[in-house]
Amino acid sequence: MTEGVIMNLSVKINEDSNLKVLEVSGEIDAYTAPELKESLMPLIRESGNQVEVDLEDVQYMDSTGLGVFVSALKTSKESGSHFTLKNVQGRVYRIFEITGLSEIIDIKAVIRGGNE
Amino acid sequence: MEAFDYIEMKVPAKAEYIGVMRLTLSGIANRMSFSYDAIEDLKVAISEAVTNAVEHAYGENESGEITVGFGLYEDRIEIMVADRGGSFNLEEVKSETGPYRSDEPVEKIREGGFGLFLIEALMDEVKINNKYGVMVIMTKYNREEEVDMDDDQVSTIQ
Repeated sequence: MTEGVIMNLSVKINEDSNLKVLEVSGEIDAYTAPELKESLMPLIRESGNQVEVDLEDVQYMDSTGLGVFVSALKTSKESGSHFTLKNVQGRVYRIFEITGLSEIIDIKAVIRGGNE
Repeated sequence: MEAFDYIEMKVPAKAEYIGVMRLTLSGIANRMSFSYDAIEDLKVAISEAVTNAVEHAYGENESGEITVGFGLYEDRIEIMVADRGGSFNLEEVKSETGPYRSDEPVEKIREGGFGLFLIEALMDEVKINNKYGVMVIMTKYNREEEVDMDDDQVSTIQ
């Protein structure tokens, strides 16, 4: 597979005391979701962490991505960390809306009209 | 009989090929002049169907194949995703699928189960045959006019 044609996923973590920002880029599906989960969950499990997942460079996500974020939300309630998504592309946000998850997951900003 | 072109592919039942099927469908739908939004819907729908086949059809130490067929009609695309794995209880799967309801406590939300629901929301027609393995047949119509993103739920065109 040529990189760039089949998009894989990359996750970069920026830490500043309790604020952890995960910059995710690529496509989130059943192949790449385990990698996202592996980076995200340890941060969520630490009590007091403020975890922000920046999805600006994620142009595609399906229900496996929703599964990761639902799992993160549940774990954050247990561990006392806080979990938010930001810069969600309109297309990706639509998946949260259709499934009703936009009501319970804290989503800070949505990028509209990113497809022009 | 209505004329159509047919394209069929077989891929190993492995997660790394989900993206390949998505790109393939994107190319075909683009060739058929589907709108940008419709192509994005199709990409999610085929990924959900192939993911389902990858995750449920074969056991961990089993290898298998998934067959994906595309029927290209004048006004629509028909996509078939089939596995030859053990069949599952369709009614049970269906009963566990659906959107989040605001009366549900967070701890009770399923982490899976949104896949089939998304397919039904994004496609115009969905049929599932569960006799020999699982076969999902889904149809999306190619509308001339752009459909607004916010009111493109389940279509009324049958």
